[in-house]
Amino acid sequence: MKLHYDIESGQLLVRLDGEIDHHCAGLMRTEVDAAIYAHAPRTLVLDFQDVTFMDSSGIGLIMGRYKILQPLGGEIVLLHPAPHIKRVLQLAGMERLARITHKLEKEAMQ
Amino acid sequence: MKILNECKCTFPANSANEALARAMLSAFVIPADPTAQELADLRTVISEAVTNAIVHGYRGTTGEVAVCLRLLPERVIYIRVSDKGCGIADVQKAMEPLYTSAPEEERAGLGFAIMQTFTNSLHVRSVAGHGTTLTMRRRLGEQHEEAGV
Repeated sequence: MKLHYDIESGQLLVRLDGEIDHHCAGLMRTEVDAAIYAHAPRTLVLDFQDVTFMDSSGIGLIMGRYKILQPLGGEIVLLHPAPHIKRVLQLAGMERLARITHKLEKEAMQ
Repeated sequence: MKILNECKCTFPANSANEALARAMLSAFVIPADPTAQELADLRTVISEAVTNAIVHGYRGTTGEVAVCLRLLPERVIYIRVSDKGCGIADVQKAMEPLYTSAPEEERAGLGFAIMQTFTNSLHVRSVAGHGTTLTMRRRLGEQHEEAGV
């Protein structure tokens, strides 16, 4: 997992990788939260490009971060989910809490 | 019903074994030639079932999770996941979307909803204090509906 914070845009980009299950989600949560508290980002981008599997533990991970960011006025973007991951996101109604996209606005402008 | 192939495995209720259960499922199902979507769905449901046994069944205590996979006629995949943990006092309540008995662990309460959506049938047998058995069936090669919760 790689984290990158862009000061100018106030965007924290987290490039998740591997399989997101109950076993791995705890460690991911600790690392993402440390970066959220350090930077108080306006936008948290969770990039699923390199995620090969996700079950409802990933939904718990997103919902937990949403609960932290929402009172701060921050938003969550779910980037590049593979079709089988998007299926789980949609089943959980994640499009109501976060933006699911395959292109960041910054990428679109380039 | 005739069993065309069967695989049984028992492992400790250790979260590292969630990946083991998915790997076992993949190895068992791939010869039946599932689509990428079917394989992803089945990997997700076994992950949910095994996670339920570890997180809710044993709740930090030790115990064993038993998995039984079967290939039945007409390309039906049968998955059974059992634990001898605390059991579920109210199965109907546990199956409500977004209900979880472990909010402190950031469980989304969607495990049963995913298992129901990604299979053709889900059966839950649970006795409080004695354990839980989940049995699921998914027929390969048929259009599977996407459902919202």
